[in-house]
Amino acid sequence: MTKLILTVDDSASMRALLKTALTAQGFRIEGAEDGEHGLARMHEVNPDLLITDINMPKMDGFELIEAVRGVSQFRGTPILVLSTEFSDDKKTRAREAGATGWITKPFDADKLGAAIRRVCP
Amino acid sequence: MNGGDDGLDEIQAIFFEECAEGLAVAEQGLSAMAEGDVSKETIAGVFRAVHSIKGGSGAFGHTALQTFSHRFENVLDEVRGGKIVPDAAVTRIMLNAFDILSDHVAAAQNNGAPPADAAMMEQLDQVLANKGAAPAAAEPAPAPAPAADEFGFTPVAVSIEAIDDPFGFEPVTVSLDDMDGGPADWIVRFGPSRAALANGGEPVLLIRELERMGGTVTSVDLSALPPLAELDPEDSYCLWTVTVPGPVAEEDIRDCFDFVAPDSVIEIARAATATAVVSEPEAEPVFAPIAVVLEDIAPPAAPTPAPAPATPAPAPAARAAAEPPAQTIRVDLFKLDQLLNLVGELVIQGSILSDRLAPADQERVQLPQLARLTRQIQDNVMSLRAQPIKQAFSRVPRMLRDLMAETGKKVVLDTTGEGTEVDKGVLEKIGDPLTHMIRNAVDHGLESSEERIAAGKSPEGTIRLSAEQKGARIIVRVADDGRGIDRVRVRAKAIEKGIIAADAVLGDEEIDALICAPGFSTAETISNISGRGVGMDVVRSNVEALGGRVEIQSVPGQGTTFTMALPLTLAILDGMIVRLASQRYVLPLTNVVETVKPEPGQVKSVSPGSEVIELRDAYLPMRRMGDMFGVPPHLRRAPEESVVIVVESEAAGLVGLMVDTIDNRREVVIKSLEDNLYPIRGLGGATILGDGSIALILDIDALVASHGIHKFAPKGMAA
Repeated sequence: MTKLILTVDDSASMRALLKTALTAQGFRIEGAEDGEHGLARMHEVNPDLLITDINMPKMDGFELIEAVRGVSQFRGTPILVLSTEFSDDKKTRAREAGATGWITKPFDADKLGAAIRRVCP
Repeated sequence: MNGGDDGLDEIQAIFFEECAEGLAVAEQGLSAMAEGDVSKETIAGVFRAVHSIKGGSGAFGHTALQTFSHRFENVLDEVRGGKIVPDAAVTRIMLNAFDILSDHVAAAQNNGAPPADAAMMEQLDQVLANKGAAPAAAEPAPAPAPAADEFGFTPVAVSIEAIDDPFGFEPVTVSLDDMDGGPADWIVRFGPSRAALANGGEPVLLIRELERMGGTVTSVDLSALPPLAELDPEDSYCLWTVTVPGPVAEEDIRDCFDFVAPDSVIEIARAATATAVVSEPEAEPVFAPIAVVLEDIAPPAAPTPAPAPATPAPAPAARAAAEPPAQTIRVDLFKLDQLLNLVGELVIQGSILSDRLAPADQERVQLPQLARLTRQIQDNVMSLRAQPIKQAFSRVPRMLRDLMAETGKKVVLDTTGEGTEVDKGVLEKIGDPLTHMIRNAVDHGLESSEERIAAGKSPEGTIRLSAEQKGARIIVRVADDGRGIDRVRVRAKAIEKGIIAADAVLGDEEIDALICAPGFSTAETISNISGRGVGMDVVRSNVEALGGRVEIQSVPGQGTTFTMALPLTLAILDGMIVRLASQRYVLPLTNVVETVKPEPGQVKSVSPGSEVIELRDAYLPMRRMGDMFGVPPHLRRAPEESVVIVVESEAAGLVGLMVDTIDNRREVVIKSLEDNLYPIRGLGGATILGDGSIALILDIDALVASHGIHKFAPKGMAA
């Protein structure tokens, strides 16, 4: 079955880019515009994978990941961070929050696809 | 980024709208800061606005804007973190930086020259280094942003023409012979830590990725595995050793482990320097001793003709264009799948009833009528999932434009049968093969305009793309009016690659089919988007994985036609149920050629683990399924008590598979392993049989390939 990915990013253009790149690779995409909205959408669509930005209004990526991991249903859902940040501190923080992997923006569509297949059965 | 792409242009327009919003937020925030509002929210708002501009500018290739916004963001980040105090001097610098940022956005939007920003960046860097106005011990400046092209989004144009290959359907060729002198294989040892299993990490996927690179798991160290009672399901006890072909770049292997927790065991070394783990004996097959139900061996069935596919003829018809717009309702695809599954179960229950009831009783309870109704429901449900193939065809004109630009060839596209409907699942999977077939047609089939004129043809080549429904199959054709396949060269290359013997006698069609032979063109990478670098063998195996076939017809000087014949649905399979050590397995009937009850002496051993079966003066490679599935010796049967099923496989042509008995032939509803577990090589799925037991469905091509079975001679000679 086609994998469903939830992308959380406050930038509509980034969400559109992700949607274009990932739809072309055979994924289904749902979007959310901030952490709070993302958490609500997680419950609504129960995706196979969550891709989230870090810097977002309302609830940032770290908080979103922690909140998602706090829900037993999503304990095993892979989560990728897609951010312009690339410091080891931030990556460690994301891992501690429960992220599965990290991809630095701007992304290369093929590499992103490979990264997704690395975490999403 | 491709500026000519309509979709991306649209997204870029959204980006500039966001920039305008972001600039407004930043301006408002900075003005508030200048007036003394240095609240966390205000600063965070400004930071986020600039941060988003930076992120998007990178994605769209506006390097100057990206660089500047990155420097600006660095300062804002420190202000946000409280390390720089936004006093009047700092705020003024930031307001000036904001002006330059606005100019940058305007320049990017209008394709103008970026503003002079060197002095401003200097100032920002000073603020950063001094932590505001007060000179402090210099901290190292933050690392620069990754170069725009490092993770850039720009597709790399690879000209296949540039590679010296006379007719090759594939630029990159790596044959096993080439590898002999090449670098030693990689030995990768991977032992995920407990943390690697947390956070949704799945080590098995990494093993699969290594396998996709050509890797093979050579051993699994289970010595750390505790007794079941003490096993912690969230801990990891396995240490895998995977051999990866030498030519694979070390970086690509390392990339696989990108996300693996740092405390895991990850060792990558060339074979010569690694500890010799290859020769380790394989783990004892874990197979619970189950009492074998010894049944009479079914008499060998008559050679099964290419079976009629599962789906009956009354199938989705193309809708007439003149019909008034139908009323529609949107339904979750999942619900349709569920419905299709249920109908499948209903079909199975129906066939069980017909098995159990005598014909007279069947008539009495009107079973035939029920069966007909069930069949109609099944057809109807399948037609609900059907979509016009237009969805797959619509990508082609755009692709052709790109190809024309790339190759300089002129191509006219002629499409027919766009309204033909096909199951959504099939539709989703034919995009890639279609892309490759069209690429091949343009790259290798069609000649340049000059060549065409010289040959007395029109300067534009024509590609005919058509779809039609024939029985329970969808036939998709890609035909070009180019030069046709150069059989002399194809034959020479196949001999060079060791695919056929130098003295093999082959007909024209057999030579054409070599284009799709594994190893004829070996691709290093598979890219879903571009389709570059994939050989026709991959196309063929993808189509066959769908239960379809690829055929090639070529006339020298007149062109080549690739034909894909695809099933209407992926949900139901016509299968032969066989038994092995009391377990049942399903062989897709499309693979089955005939069944043989071996006579004494008919099965001969060639070398340990390698046998052949003599069949009408020819020898076919044969494997015992008991070996493939690790059946313990005491549950095995002798060849004389077994049945050999001759199957047609991709890698090795006709192959014999020895099983215990044949149960029967029936339609089965395919349950995906991929959805519920993960893809397993050699298995195409599972099904639930009438008595509630589960049978695994064999993927013959993958099974044969993964057991290294080779054909002895070209198919034409062996058959």
